Amino acid sequence: MTSATSRPSSRAGHPPAAREARPGSRPKPAPPVGTPVRVTGAQSLVRSLEAVGVEVVFGIPGGTILPAYDPLLDSTKVRHVLVRHEQGAGHAATGYAQATGKVGVCMATSGPGATNLVTPLADANMDSVPVVAITGQQSRALIGTDAFQEADICGITMPITKHNFLVTDPADIPAAIAEAFHLASTGRPGPVLVDIPKDVLQELTSFTWPPEMRLPGYRPTLRPHGKQVREAARLMTSSRRPVLYVGGGVIKARASEELKQLAELTGIPVVTTLMARGAFPDSHGQHLGMPGMHGTVAAVAAMQRADLLVALGARFDDRVTGQLGSFAPDATIVHADIDPAEISKNRKADVPIVGDCREIINELIAAVRVEVEGAGEPELDAWWTQIEAWRDTYPAGYDWPTDGSLSPQYVIERIGELVGPDALYTAGVGQHQMWAAQFISYEKPGTWINSGGLGTMGFAVPAAMGAKFAFPDKQVWAIDGDGCFQMTNQELATCAIEGAPIKVAVINNGNLGMVRQWQNLFYSGRYSSTDLGTHAHRIPDFVLLAESMGCAGLRCDSKDDVDDIIKKAMDINDRPVVIDFVVGADAQVWPMVAAGTGNDEIMAARGIRPLFEDDEV
Amino acid sequence: MSTHTLSVLTENKPGVLARVAGLFSRRGFNIESLAVGPTENPEVSRMTIVVAVEDLPLEQVTKQLNKLVNVIKIVELDPQVSVQRELLLVKVRADATVRSQVLETVHLFRAKVVDVSPEALTVEATGTADKISALLRMLEPYGVRELVQSGMVAVGRGSKSITATSTRA
Repeated sequence: MTSATSRPSSRAGHPPAAREARPGSRPKPAPPVGTPVRVTGAQSLVRSLEAVGVEVVFGIPGGTILPAYDPLLDSTKVRHVLVRHEQGAGHAATGYAQATGKVGVCMATSGPGATNLVTPLADANMDSVPVVAITGQQSRALIGTDAFQEADICGITMPITKHNFLVTDPADIPAAIAEAFHLASTGRPGPVLVDIPKDVLQELTSFTWPPEMRLPGYRPTLRPHGKQVREAARLMTSSRRPVLYVGGGVIKARASEELKQLAELTGIPVVTTLMARGAFPDSHGQHLGMPGMHGTVAAVAAMQRADLLVALGARFDDRVTGQLGSFAPDATIVHADIDPAEISKNRKADVPIVGDCREIINELIAAVRVEVEGAGEPELDAWWTQIEAWRDTYPAGYDWPTDGSLSPQYVIERIGELVGPDALYTAGVGQHQMWAAQFISYEKPGTWINSGGLGTMGFAVPAAMGAKFAFPDKQVWAIDGDGCFQMTNQELATCAIEGAPIKVAVINNGNLGMVRQWQNLFYSGRYSSTDLGTHAHRIPDFVLLAESMGCAGLRCDSKDDVDDIIKKAMDINDRPVVIDFVVGADAQVWPMVAAGTGNDEIMAARGIRPLFEDDEV
Repeated sequence: MSTHTLSVLTENKPGVLARVAGLFSRRGFNIESLAVGPTENPEVSRMTIVVAVEDLPLEQVTKQLNKLVNVIKIVELDPQVSVQRELLLVKVRADATVRSQVLETVHLFRAKVVDVSPEALTVEATGTADKISALLRMLEPYGVRELVQSGMVAVGRGSKSITATSTRA
């Protein structure tokens, strides 16, 4: 491995770049842009990462990626965070990307290192998160021979990445990295994997920046079609029961400000999907909450009775639409998305608009103004009267457990109120995730980070870690379940050692709560394999577990202590904090549209079906 | 279900065929025939894909194909205004007693004999799928010993062309 550790600057006769500075020596200026420099493939990789502006890489070294870790040691621009499991690296990159809008980066070795990235890559793919994964690969001559730690990671990740590359020539490294970051962050964002054989990292090559990108088949449409925008604006000002159906694309396009303007200009009610929580302030009077399986009655009912749905960066996911055939039966559909394949994929769009959400919303604002000048303000009073009736009759709420145990919803609600809307919140998947989406008020985009599409349990802790590295001065709270927490909590050791003092609220109901809820509702209360024993045996003891990993461990099991414990956790900033909130096992997520049924069958609580009982519209 | 012929221009890079084929199976579509080869531009390959789907799912599969970074352009070829051809190589039993009858069939279809042995003839035929299957029906009674067929290739009629930089179908 002499080539990987050699210093090419003296040999090539060019002044050394800043990243090669030794402690004590002053960084020297980099060579002028475009001048080729002799380096190893590994150095070319690290320089490319620096050139695209990478600040932090989450990863674990191993045999084939080893050459890349040598120049990484010298980089003054790229910080490497050594995680405990590659899945944690992937979710941390996702958390970082969701919090900042920038590309998150993770790195792993070949074989098992790379395959451990499969879940986070699939997760990032479903939620359109810009992530670049760099994996080592066996040397070119060994590829295809079932060599040690060889896995065809490009083949494996083909269906779960936006694109991937196997780099077979070290001269291609700068272009591959530039293209990977371009693909990940533009158009509909998504994960891109770059697989680099070990001998490609070791070989000498020349490095020039910027490289030429060659992506002849990649031309995302950003500017919407003017005619479609005008038609959408006409519908928005002439319909009687419109709803703005806002998805995660609005956050990705950084269009929250524009969305607010459009909503206030038209007076149209807004719903924000699980991926869009925070895109529109929860405190805003026009916000009806989250639609879908566990949405608010007002949001679900408004969509069902709407005569116009304006979908902005949303994809008519089955968790939003319920049974597709009975979803929003009377609505004309305006569907705006940057990905043409989303349009009419599930529900046929009457007015398709392809483009970047911010550009679309800006053009809609202009077009609506023209319509209003011609035809006057839209008449929505009757619609709002109806919506207010739904809101008043079926507000968000929960019942306290009858057995005297702590209410999980109360805990999450108090965290939201005490910690406030400036903090970042992540969640795992299950009941606690839905409650965190329902009972915390989000005011700003990028403050709610969760696994929406893939539904990846264990997402919360590593994602919180990634978000904390992005915003060290903000509070980052992982709302987690006891099931989820036991999947990825080893990253608390990373947080403790690398200085990421996150807070983890384990909503410990002793069970795989969402599965248990379904068993209660649909399997006659036959609880098959959902009791984790975290209540009955206190195994593991989350307080001791936290302390063993250098975190503060706190426990709370009564209502009276909830606020004090949250405040105590907020005051500890020198290490991560884990709070074991021991809550009742029987609490359920309501409202609910049972899987496979239509949204008209939404139940506000068990047995209460608002849309069936009083069909006002 | 109706049959559609897609002409897909892709970058000529390793793994592109796997990406395209994988997309069809992943989204639940069955490829009826597929032919890949180089084009006038060495950096571009052209795939002719025949798929049986309804119009709406076809639109979805086309859009998904377009999302593949290596896919440059997709054009659906209308059979009315395009030339479509398949290639057939078939080894037919043809001893002295029936050889002249087999040869007559071969000539009727304007096919060619490309190899001869005392027991068998190897016949090469090109044409539309209909012509190829009609020829096969005629040859089957003599005994088909081996058969190999290419996927369909197709090109639009007229002077306009499908290239990586401009589209005319």
